[in-house]
Amino acid sequence: MIINPVMPKPCKIIDIIRENKNEYTFRVESDITPEHGQFLQLSIPKVGEAPISASGFGDGYLDFTIRSVGKVTNEMFALKPGDMLFLRGAYGVGWPIEEISGKHLVVITGGTGLAPVKSLLSKCLNEPEFVKSVFIISGFKNEDGILFKNDLESYKKNFKTVYSLDIDKIDGWEVGFVTEHVNKIPIKDYEDNYAILVVGPPVMMKFTALECLKNGAKEENIWVSFERKMSCAIGKCGHCRIDEVYVCLDGPVFNYKQAKDLVD
Amino acid sequence: MGFSLSLEKANAILNELKKEYRIYAPKRFEKQGRYSDTDIIRYDEIDSIEEIVTGEKSTYSPKEVLFPITQTILYFTEDEYRETKMDDKKILIFMRPCDINARKVQERIYMGNGGFDDFYYKRLREKVKFVMMECTKGWDTCFCVSMGTNKATNYAAAVRFLEDGILLDVKDEELQGYFADVAKAPFEVEFIEGNETVVELPQIPDKKVLNAIKAHPMWDEYNSRCIACGACTIACGTCTCFTTTDLFYTQNANVGERRRTYSSCQIDGFDEMAGGLIFRKSYADTMRYKVLHKVHDYKERFGENMCVGCGRCTDRCPQFISFSHTIEKLNHAIKEICEQPVSQS
Ligand SMILES: Cc1cc2nc3c(=O)[nH]c(=O)nc-3n(C[C@H](O)[C@H](O)[C@H](O)COP(=O)(O)OP(=O)(O)OC[C@H]3O[C@@H](n4cnc5c(N)ncnc54)[C@H](O)[C@@H]3O)c2cc1C
Ligand code: SF4
Ligand code: SF4
Ligand code: FES
Repeated sequence: MIINPVMPKPCKIIDIIRENKNEYTFRVESDITPEHGQFLQLSIPKVGEAPISASGFGDGYLDFTIRSVGKVTNEMFALKPGDMLFLRGAYGVGWPIEEISGKHLVVITGGTGLAPVKSLLSKCLNEPEFVKSVFIISGFKNEDGILFKNDLESYKKNFKTVYSLDIDKIDGWEVGFVTEHVNKIPIKDYEDNYAILVVGPPVMMKFTALECLKNGAKEENIWVSFERKMSCAIGKCGHCRIDEVYVCLDGPVFNYKQAKDLVD
Repeated sequence: MGFSLSLEKANAILNELKKEYRIYAPKRFEKQGRYSDTDIIRYDEIDSIEEIVTGEKSTYSPKEVLFPITQTILYFTEDEYRETKMDDKKILIFMRPCDINARKVQERIYMGNGGFDDFYYKRLREKVKFVMMECTKGWDTCFCVSMGTNKATNYAAAVRFLEDGILLDVKDEELQGYFADVAKAPFEVEFIEGNETVVELPQIPDKKVLNAIKAHPMWDEYNSRCIACGACTIACGTCTCFTTTDLFYTQNANVGERRRTYSSCQIDGFDEMAGGLIFRKSYADTMRYKVLHKVHDYKERFGENMCVGCGRCTDRCPQFISFSHTIEKLNHAIKEICEQPVSQS
C-alpha cells in the first residue's frame, strides 16, 4: 500500500474564537503535533485547500488563526463548532528551536504574522528556562486588526513588548510601523547570543531585516518566514519555488543569509 | 535480445500484448493543429504499428500518459474523501531517448523531492515499461546532444522502424516471452551524435551573478514578445507544475471531486497570492524564471539540468521564441556580468 500524502483527514472543530472581524481562530480535534512555525493544508470539500500555520497546539487539539481573504478562507468563516475541517500535514521547516534555545529571543511581527510564532511564544511562557529573554515588537494596521488580545496581555507581563498600530492612536500602544521600533531592541546587550524572528508581509520582512542589520544585528541571527502561493505543499506543484528552493519543503522559515538572495 | 519482425508479425504480437498492456505511442490527429490543415501528433493508445508516427517529432511529449493534463485525484462527499481508482493493466510507451530522459527529470520532483512521492504518478509509473524509438536524425530545433540526453539505456525494448517491418532489442524478460517463436536477429540500437542546433550550457558561478542576470535587460524583449499562453510548458516533457481545484456536481451539491490540471509559470496568476500580491510582474520576469529553472535552478537542487533539449517549446511558441537562442543570449549576459570589474565593497 503506497500512502497518499494529499489525502486529508476530517477533524472536528471544537471552538471558534473571533479575534476580530476578519480573523478567527479555529480549534480542531487532532493528534497531529506540528513543529513551531510549520503549516498544514486545510480543506473544505467542494471549495478547496489553503496552507495555514498552526498558531497553537496541545493535547489533542490544533489551533489555526485564519484571515478571510478569498474562496476557501471565507467559506471557513461560515463553519460552526461541530463541523469538520479537513487537514493534511504538518509541512515545512519551522523555527530553528536549537538556535533559539538558551538565547535572547526577539520576535517582530506584522499583522497576522503573529500567528506562526504564537505557539513558540506560548512555549516561552510555559517554559521560562527555554530562552534567556523575550523581546516582542508586534504591529497591526489598526485597532480592528489586533489579534490575540489576551495573549498580548500576558506577553506584556512576562516579556519586553512594543505594540504598535500603523496610524491609529490608542492607550498603551505606540504609533508607527514596526521598523520604527527596531532601535529599541538592546542588540548590543545580547552579546551575540540572540535570535531574531521576523514574520509578516514580504515588504515588512524585507525592511525589518534591513533595519535590524542597521542596528547591529548579524545576518545569521535573523530568520524570516515566507508566504508563497501553494497548491500541493509537498514539493510537486511548483507554485512556491524560488531558485533551487521550495518554500513548502525548505521553508517557510529561512535564515536571512539564505533568504536575502532568494529573488522570486 | 535482437529480433527482426515483419509488420504482420509485429502487429500479431502487439495484439497479444494488448491483452496485458495499454500501448501508447505518438499518433496523428488530422487537422487539429494550430494552423488550418496542420495535424497534431500526440500520445494515445494504438492498435497497430502503422499508427505510430515515426517520421516526425510528436507535438506533445509522452508525459501526459503518466500525468494527464487534467486528473481527478479525490472524490468527496460531505464528510469523506476517497482516492480515484485505477484498473490494473500494465502500460507500454513508445518514446524517443530525450523523452525517456525527461522521465528521470520529472521523477526527481514527482518521486522523492522533499521525501514525498506523488501517489498518482507513482502508481502509474510502476506499471510502465518504455519501448525506445531509435532516433538518429532529429529535427532542426532539437539539441539533445548538447544536453547529454541523446542516449538512454533504461528501456524494456528498443525499436527501429523499417519500410516493411521492425527491428527490436528486447531487454525485459517478461516481454521476451512474447517473442519465443520469432527468429533472432542482431540489432544494436543507434543514437544521434550531433544536432543542427548546438547549445552551450550556461555556467552561473554564484547567487550574485544569478541575481545580476535576473536584473539584466536581456529579458526585456519578452515583455513584448511573450503572450503568456503557456504553450511552451504544456508541450515540454520536463515541466511538472499543476494547480489543484475542487468542483462539485450541481445535481447533488454534496458530492464532488478534487482535480489537478497542468499549470504554467508562464501564465498570469501562477504566483498570485491573497490580496493580489504578485512576485513576477512582467513577462520578462516569467520568462527568466522558466529559462533559469531549465538550465540552472533545477541543476542547483538535483545536480542535472532540467531541459532535455527536445525543442518542443520552440516548435510550439506562436511568437517564434526560440529556446536555444534565448540560452545563447543568456550566455552572453553571463559573460558580460562576469567580465565586469568587481566593485570594491
Ligand atoms: C506557509 C503559509 C502559511 C500561511 N499561514 C496562514 C495563517 O496562519 N493564517 C492565514 O490566514 N493565512 C495564512 N496563509 C495564507 C493563506 O494560505 C491564504 O490566505 C489562502 O490560501 C487564501 O486562500 P483562499 O481560497 O481563501 O483565497 P483564494 O480565493 O484562493 O485566493 C485569493 C487570492 O489568494 C491567492 N492564493 C492562493 N493560494 C495562496 C496561498 N497559499 N497563499 C497566499 N495566497 C494564495 C489566490 O491566487 C488569489 O489571488 C499562509 C500561507 C502560507 C504559504
Ligand atoms: S525547455 Fe524546451 S527544449 Fe527543454 S525539455 Fe522543455 S520543451 Fe524541450
Ligand atoms: S509559447 Fe511562447 S508566447 Fe507562449 S508562453 Fe511560451 S514563450 Fe510565451
Ligand atoms: S506548494 Fe507545491 S511545490 Fe511547494
